[in-house]
Amino acid sequence: MTTTKRFWFALILSLPMLANMVLMPFGWTLPGGAWLQFVLTTLVMLISARPFWQSAWASFTKHHANMDTLVAIGTMTAYLYSIYALLTQQAVFFESAAFVVVFVLLGQVFEERMRHNASTAIEKLVDLQAKEAEVWRDEQFVALPLADVVIGDLIRVKPGQKIAVDGVITEGTSTVDESMVTGESMPVTKKIGDAVIGSTINKAGTFTFKAEKVGADTVLAQIVDLVKKAQNSHAPIQKLTDQVSNIFVPVVLIIAILTFLVWYLLIGAPLAQALIFAVAVVVIACPCALGLATPTALMVGTGRSAKMGILIKNGEVLEAANDVQTVVFDKTGTITVGQPVVTDIIGDQKTVLTLAAALEQSSEHPLAQAVLAKAKREKIAVPAAHGFQAIVGQGVSGQVKGQQIFVGSERLLVQQKLTMATNLQAQLQQLQDEAKTVVIVANQQEVLGLIAIQDAPKPTSQAALAELKAQGLKTVMLTGDNQRVAAAIAKEVGIDQVIANVLPQDKADQVQQLQETGRVAFVGDGINDAPALTVADVGIAMGSGTDIAIESGGIVLMRNDLRDVGKALTLSKKTFNRIKLNLFWAFIYNVLGIPVAAGLFYAIGLTLSPELAGLAMAFSSLSVVTSSMLLNKTKITAKSTGSL
Amino acid sequence: MLKIIILIVGVGLIGFILWWFFGKHETTAVQANVEADQQTVAVEVKGGYSPEVVVLKQGVPATLNFTRKDASGCLDRVVFPDWGINQALPQNEAQAIQIDTSEAGEYQWACGMDMFHGKVIVKP
Repeated sequence: MTTTKRFWFALILSLPMLANMVLMPFGWTLPGGAWLQFVLTTLVMLISARPFWQSAWASFTKHHANMDTLVAIGTMTAYLYSIYALLTQQAVFFESAAFVVVFVLLGQVFEERMRHNASTAIEKLVDLQAKEAEVWRDEQFVALPLADVVIGDLIRVKPGQKIAVDGVITEGTSTVDESMVTGESMPVTKKIGDAVIGSTINKAGTFTFKAEKVGADTVLAQIVDLVKKAQNSHAPIQKLTDQVSNIFVPVVLIIAILTFLVWYLLIGAPLAQALIFAVAVVVIACPCALGLATPTALMVGTGRSAKMGILIKNGEVLEAANDVQTVVFDKTGTITVGQPVVTDIIGDQKTVLTLAAALEQSSEHPLAQAVLAKAKREKIAVPAAHGFQAIVGQGVSGQVKGQQIFVGSERLLVQQKLTMATNLQAQLQQLQDEAKTVVIVANQQEVLGLIAIQDAPKPTSQAALAELKAQGLKTVMLTGDNQRVAAAIAKEVGIDQVIANVLPQDKADQVQQLQETGRVAFVGDGINDAPALTVADVGIAMGSGTDIAIESGGIVLMRNDLRDVGKALTLSKKTFNRIKLNLFWAFIYNVLGIPVAAGLFYAIGLTLSPELAGLAMAFSSLSVVTSSMLLNKTKITAKSTGSL
Repeated sequence: MLKIIILIVGVGLIGFILWWFFGKHETTAVQANVEADQQTVAVEVKGGYSPEVVVLKQGVPATLNFTRKDASGCLDRVVFPDWGINQALPQNEAQAIQIDTSEAGEYQWACGMDMFHGKVIVKP
């Protein structure tokens, strides 16, 4: 018999007794009186309540006690005493036993449903997976179940279809909605050579890709695994409840016996009265609320953050994130894009860029790559260069459209005896003060223009740091770059403190030094960040980062958006505060409820009947689970919205 | 006279509870049978777990078959926090749970409300 059926059975049989209780003051009594109550309650005890005492007994033989122990002893005591009272013609309280069963079952019915809801987030993620794929086999595309796809298979994806597994596009282009994995709401353009993620949705075009990761190795499978572990992990705060719950039930039983002894022997209350107090004590104590307080909040909190593209690995991280005071950032690739880009072009934009691109097109130098990328973005037709020549330590030269052109550093000025207009000189100085690398473009006589190149901050970095500052956190940037470049970037995005010239192996030491003043979160993405990510109280890895960084971090930001650092910390704080609130209520229920039930406040007229105690018990665990579910509704917004 | 008897019974009950629940009681560890490179242990879930301690051999794929015989909602899930396993246990249905035995160590499991505990010991 399911809990729900047991509940309905108990409720229906209890209704006549409820009517009796409500209508008694108006002179109506249940036909059959106490005997009918006896029959009804016996049925409730035999059918609805039997699992309680079966479970209680099974636990007892193993030297354990649980909530069922309390319910079984509480209702049995009330029931057995009432039989005795019935036979000796005294007042009975069968209804107490029946009502407690009804209320406890009601609480369990709700709680089961809510707990189920709390744990379904992860199943929804798994459901995202495609069920089958169109795979190239025997010279044609055939639909195969997902499990039959192997590494190296060519898979065709039509518009609107789900991408089955992770791979790389070999033919065609399209836009793909990756929001379910990265949380990024804008569709992403994909062309040949781009990676696609399994279970994301193909929007526009048809393409073919080669499967690279299948089964448990796919990104989605790994996310699911990570979230599952997080949801079922323990937060350190739980140790307290673990200890309490081990001794809770036996202690409550002892308190109940003492309550009875004090009332009956010391105060001299009637037997029935003393028993009612003892039963109320047993029934109100709710170890379940304590046990549910942390896991349910963890489950909802980590599940919600996963939906936002923030993977919090476990409860320990969550608790540590709660009182972080300093956030340390790696510069390259975290605050900045990670590769140099052209930021300014001085002089005639098109001419300068065309000439520079013509000379740089055969170069592999990162600065040359930046120039070429810019030319490509500006859709510039790059002419061919002849007589290409590298001038060591200065730059390159060659003939473009019959003209001798130089592209390179400032040193060209002196060596090639070039002239430069004064306004260009001033701008050169200014760009250098902004910590940018400046490339000079010149013909044989004079400088035609300047190109400034820099590893620029990501568009969202400034907003992200403003958000952290609004939360009252100190921000620090760690970098191997020189002081000047670091300070310029720090100023641009608004960082409090810069630690420059840090060797990769010293990053962790720097984090440790900062830890002397408070808890530190470290945000990074590279292999060299892994030690710092591990040492920090909270390691936050960018999802685009290296596998080792993701492995070392406690929190992974799938969207690679620095603004998620603030969100991750806020979410952790909210979840942890919810755990504390839940524990507070769970303890209060028991700490206040037990003395009231024991009749400690009898003198001021404050008592609890066993029925009310049963109701309170049912709703204590229900309220804890509800409180956790409400985490899904709390607002997590960035105070400042950056431009992107 | 009746009151004295009740007092003695009450105090006796308290003493019994202390001894029964807090006293030292042996829990038996069950060693898995290794057969054809596969080890399996059946765990009965009824007012707790029997056995409560399962000893497995490192490196041999292992399965724990949990069967919940208890109607109580308390034990309707089994959670292994180390592996992110949170398995529903429908009543009277054996649920197979694969255990990762690649690393030696002690791994706790618990019911959904963290009230009942058991553990797996993986020995080299």
